Amino acid sequence: MDPTALLLSRLQFAFTISFHIIFPAFTIGLAAWLTVLEAMHQYTGKPVYRTLFAFWLKIFGVAFGMGVVSGVVMAFQFGTNWSVLSKMSGPIQGPLLSYETFTAFMLEAGFFGILIFGRPRVPPWFYLFSTAMVALGTTLSAFWIMVNNSWMQVPTGYVLENGQFVPNDWAQIIFNRVVWVRFPHMLLASYLTGAFCVAATGAWYLLRRTYRMEAYVMLRMGLALAAVLLPVQLFIGHLVGDYVHDYQPAKFAAIEARWHDEQPAAEVLIAIPDSSTESNKYAISIPVLGSIIGSMSLTSKEVGLTSFAPQDRPAVAIPFFAFRIMVGCGFVMLGLAWFGTWLSFKHRLDRSRLLLWGIFLSFPLPWIAILTGWYTAEVGRQPWTIYGVLRTADAVTPSLTAAAATASLILFVAVYAFIFSFGTYYIYRLLRAGPAGLGGKPLHGPVPNRPMSLADPVPAPQLHLEAGE
Amino acid sequence: MVTFWVALLAISILIYLLLDGFDLGVGMLFGLADGEARRDEMLRTIAPVWDGNETWLVVTGVIMWGAFPLVYAMLMSAFYIPVVVMLLGLILRGVAFEFRGKASRSRRIWDISFSAGSFAASFMQGAMVGALVKGLQFANGEYAGGTFGWQSGFSVLCGIGLCFGYALLGACWLVRKCEGPTRDATRRQIPLLAVAVLVFLVIVFTHALAEHLPILRRWVERPYLFVFPLIGAGAAAVLATSILRHNDYWPFHMVSLIFAAAFGTLALSFWPYMIPFVVTIDEAAAPHASLAFMFWGEGLFVFPLMLLYVAVGYRVFRGKTAATADHY
Repeated sequence: MDPTALLLSRLQFAFTISFHIIFPAFTIGLAAWLTVLEAMHQYTGKPVYRTLFAFWLKIFGVAFGMGVVSGVVMAFQFGTNWSVLSKMSGPIQGPLLSYETFTAFMLEAGFFGILIFGRPRVPPWFYLFSTAMVALGTTLSAFWIMVNNSWMQVPTGYVLENGQFVPNDWAQIIFNRVVWVRFPHMLLASYLTGAFCVAATGAWYLLRRTYRMEAYVMLRMGLALAAVLLPVQLFIGHLVGDYVHDYQPAKFAAIEARWHDEQPAAEVLIAIPDSSTESNKYAISIPVLGSIIGSMSLTSKEVGLTSFAPQDRPAVAIPFFAFRIMVGCGFVMLGLAWFGTWLSFKHRLDRSRLLLWGIFLSFPLPWIAILTGWYTAEVGRQPWTIYGVLRTADAVTPSLTAAAATASLILFVAVYAFIFSFGTYYIYRLLRAGPAGLGGKPLHGPVPNRPMSLADPVPAPQLHLEAGE
Repeated sequence: MVTFWVALLAISILIYLLLDGFDLGVGMLFGLADGEARRDEMLRTIAPVWDGNETWLVVTGVIMWGAFPLVYAMLMSAFYIPVVVMLLGLILRGVAFEFRGKASRSRRIWDISFSAGSFAASFMQGAMVGALVKGLQFANGEYAGGTFGWQSGFSVLCGIGLCFGYALLGACWLVRKCEGPTRDATRRQIPLLAVAVLVFLVIVFTHALAEHLPILRRWVERPYLFVFPLIGAGAAAVLATSILRHNDYWPFHMVSLIFAAAFGTLALSFWPYMIPFVVTIDEAAAPHASLAFMFWGEGLFVFPLMLLYVAVGYRVFRGKTAATADHY
């Protein structure tokens, strides 16, 4: 095993999966929202829902495309870079990911074409059904991914035979309590991402004094959903912390930057952890709160990092700071959502430009929270790839050379940077142009829902007026 | 159980070859087509189905991982560079579907990325099959052939051959889905592509004779394998007549049949090995608990559903694409 190849493989996995998660995090929520919009349009007949549906469908198309292509990479990267892991855990992770592909990917892929191009070809009920199937597919995909990752966090229901993890209790693998707090946590995070993007777009239009009717619908729906979901999310997040406390004490100690056993334990709010002295600098902490958060007790003893052998400890700084950034984002979003919903009840939303600016600028927060949350979970799991059983250093492909790993990492970074800059630019342009579209077409013209620009060649001269590319 | 999953793996690979084959083939021909309108028309024939087609590659990958983890681990590590290049090609062509329509002045970039990505993915798939036939070096269940161990004259030849094969399939798809000048121009390409595929097959065969590739011995031991080349030859004859008669419907099905025959020949000449002469199917199979778990859910119930989604998708978008384009 080549230590450089190991480090590069870890970087490559972290990079490709961080890039990938941006898109599903967005499209899971967006697909559900599109389903709601289509259903409301078919039920109420109000054109605003149809306009919004057509508008967000274009953005969904671009984001979904990037999610699909970056997701295909994940299915093969386990084998290319982590062949020992895929050989050992293949009997468990392989079936779980194959269930994901069979139940989720095929469902979304099968109905995605109809969603984008099929409206003129199918009856309305079937179009709504196709939208719902795409949404269901994205949700099922998140479910299986969380089952798979939860098994790597807390392996269960297996015996080790001939160097392979042989499953002996699938119910335990799929229905254990770790899965059932982490899956809702991820699902709500995706819904919050969708809700905040929609609300931020609405705030942007109000600030620019355009598309007022659509902007109000987006703001109200986005903020109200976020206002309801955020407290639930914070509570589920606490339950996720409970499983870490019970099953992954070293990760929990790293998140808390607790170096030594304490009874009762203090809670470090903020500090600079220093692993060379095994202590915190500039710490601000609250006595006893650590025991309350960890064990709901005033007197419990909480484990410190020094109780674990140095080779079994995760790095402290990343989980410690990433966790605090995630929680911070959560509270900022909660404040914005509650204040905004209150103002929208009082019909004073458009008079508070400061709040509108706040909502507009908050659109990256859910993504930052999701990424830092995942960094907490994944970096905190180190030095294990399967917690307590298989070390990351032992899981890497033995034949992989540093040169090959360097080449692939550079290629992935270059290609991803390229498509990401164009993709976000196109999404930005669609958002800036608004529901009337890039060509400046009338909102409720003779062909109301022109599906996608692929099937929809916009006359070039019009484009040049608007684009300014 | 093992037999079931081998069969399902083979079926999934074949479905992938046929579906993404025409899809990638259209991508390569796209680079040769001139005129914005013609390229738009070509893209429109595959835009509603490409995502589903590509998903069969993931299906193949995860069946291999779940049911044959040893083979998945060995092949993915042996094919590090080709797999990475294939994935990047699929990324560059996949985003082009959405980006191209959103771009104005940058549209040219996505035209290039679409055809170059399709070419890279097709070539690498062919090269991997070639390397598998030629033989890879393994020691104690680990790949031991070096970063470029997959590379040889034969694998490069197979890469080029598969590109021609996919392009032929893509051309027949376009003939089936298009009308007017696009169809006529594409129809003129078919004889050329068909001859190229034929020449490739002859070269592969002579190359195999010259090098005494181990696969060849198995053909001599199992004469019944020649049924598949015979089916292929029959399909080629029907293809030739249907092209001469300007039939739009049959060429695609005949080339699909040729692909199926070629795949059947290859698969059965590997049997009972998964990686020829290194790992057999039974050695590679996951424990019974894994295979059974996959069988009772996804194998028995979800797989037929997946075929249903594919059928629904192709049914909704059936017929000539150009003729119905005015609906948009």
